[in-house]
Amino acid sequence: MRVLDDVGRGTSGLFEYAGGVATLSAESGRFIGSLRIRVAETFTQAYFLGVQSTAIVLLTSLFTGMVISLESAVQAVQFGVGDLVGGGVAFISARELGPMLSAVVVAGRTGAAIAAELGSMVVTEQIEALEALGLSPVQMLVVPRLLALAIMLPILTSFADIVSVVGGMYLANTVAHISFETFISSARQAVTFTDVLKGLLKAGVFGCIIALIGSYQGLQTRGGAAGVGRATTGAVVTSIILIFAANFIMSFLLFGYNG
Amino acid sequence: MILARIDNVSVRFGDKVVLQNLSLDIEEGAITCLIGLSGAGKSTILRLLNGLRKPDSGHVYVKGTDICCMRERDLIDFRSKIGFAFQFAALFDSMTVADNVALPLREHTRMRPEQIDAVVMRTLEMVGMETAREKYPAELSGGMLKRAGFARAIVTNPDLVLYDEPTTGLDPIITHVLTDTIVRLRRQLSGTAVVISHDLDSIYVMADYVAMLFEGAIIAYGKVEDVRRSGNPIVQQFLQGSEIGPIPI
Repeated sequence: MRVLDDVGRGTSGLFEYAGGVATLSAESGRFIGSLRIRVAETFTQAYFLGVQSTAIVLLTSLFTGMVISLESAVQAVQFGVGDLVGGGVAFISARELGPMLSAVVVAGRTGAAIAAELGSMVVTEQIEALEALGLSPVQMLVVPRLLALAIMLPILTSFADIVSVVGGMYLANTVAHISFETFISSARQAVTFTDVLKGLLKAGVFGCIIALIGSYQGLQTRGGAAGVGRATTGAVVTSIILIFAANFIMSFLLFGYNG
Repeated sequence: MILARIDNVSVRFGDKVVLQNLSLDIEEGAITCLIGLSGAGKSTILRLLNGLRKPDSGHVYVKGTDICCMRERDLIDFRSKIGFAFQFAALFDSMTVADNVALPLREHTRMRPEQIDAVVMRTLEMVGMETAREKYPAELSGGMLKRAGFARAIVTNPDLVLYDEPTTGLDPIITHVLTDTIVRLRRQLSGTAVVISHDLDSIYVMADYVAMLFEGAIIAYGKVEDVRRSGNPIVQQFLQGSEIGPIPI
């Protein structure tokens, strides 16, 4: 009976969580749709959440591009297909790894920051104070973060794509003597502009996931400092799981079976 | 004249009954103090009065309007006319004192920035915080935080100001200053106030009416002297701070 009780409680908690995030999304959408947006705060959040994540996103993308090239270039040359390495690196960077790695890194950094900040505001009654002043916490706090990440993550991803390809190109040239021209030519043949745009669209969706999950976890914080810790961890873990799931679904929908 | 009426209200948190069929009238132009044990439901009453919490049953009327039936959008407008001074001030960390106080004016009025600055300065002077206007909450002492919270609560000249434990955790001098500030603000604003406090000396100074809560119900209500003379042993034990009596420790 106790197992059934736990399963029931877990299932109802899952639906409650999904319903809460959906309600938060709808409310945010209402403010965005009616253009009740705090522009200055959105720019501030774009700086904190986006611009300040640039270094970490670029570094992870650079090393990822280089390691893909390292693993593939030498063997590709041995099999006589060295001219395909550029295409492989660019293809996987633009369509999958660029958007997803950027999102995971940003989720770890800014998803946690959003949950911690809003969670601290809950436990110090600042959220309640906003409501008592007749102000909406969703409009004041969630919408600027949502817009900031929905805009900044695609921009970060576009930089990540470039850095990843450049890193791969440098390593392919160093370890497998694949010329820059061959690498670039292969990349241009393998990846279309539409592929890049679809990758950036995925990044925008991931940005929304990070902002909404971080905000929801933060606003649901209960129980003081320990609660803020739980909200922060929960925001990162949930965001990353949802990013992987959304990536699969969007890859399936955008690129289909045949790519 | 009655400004607000809590009518037969019940509130539960999970299995715990916080308020049970409670009714209370808030007199216009008076300071009503709520006293009672910790967890008796005093803060819940404040949150009922500004619509932050809806009752499970019963009604809350403010200026004749049942706020329990209001949509969230209407409640947001309604709350802008009720001042709320939180127990720990709840100032926004990222803003200076002046910006905290100016926020409701910037969001709810069409005043020009220089007009807002003037009102903010005048309000900060009323609570003796004009020299701290550019400071951040982290730079303020407990008493200064509370006074800045008062300023934010009264800056829109609300019909009703709610104070949640304004003197808790402060030294006797600051407690006296804050008590005096609440009385002076009520007089200057010609407004109504509801104050939660455990500090009986302050209550005797500032209260026009006192309501005592016990186990989710009002067990004593009236003028200060009436409540002090109450024959209810629970009230007497509470006012005397005695361990001996019907209140379970």
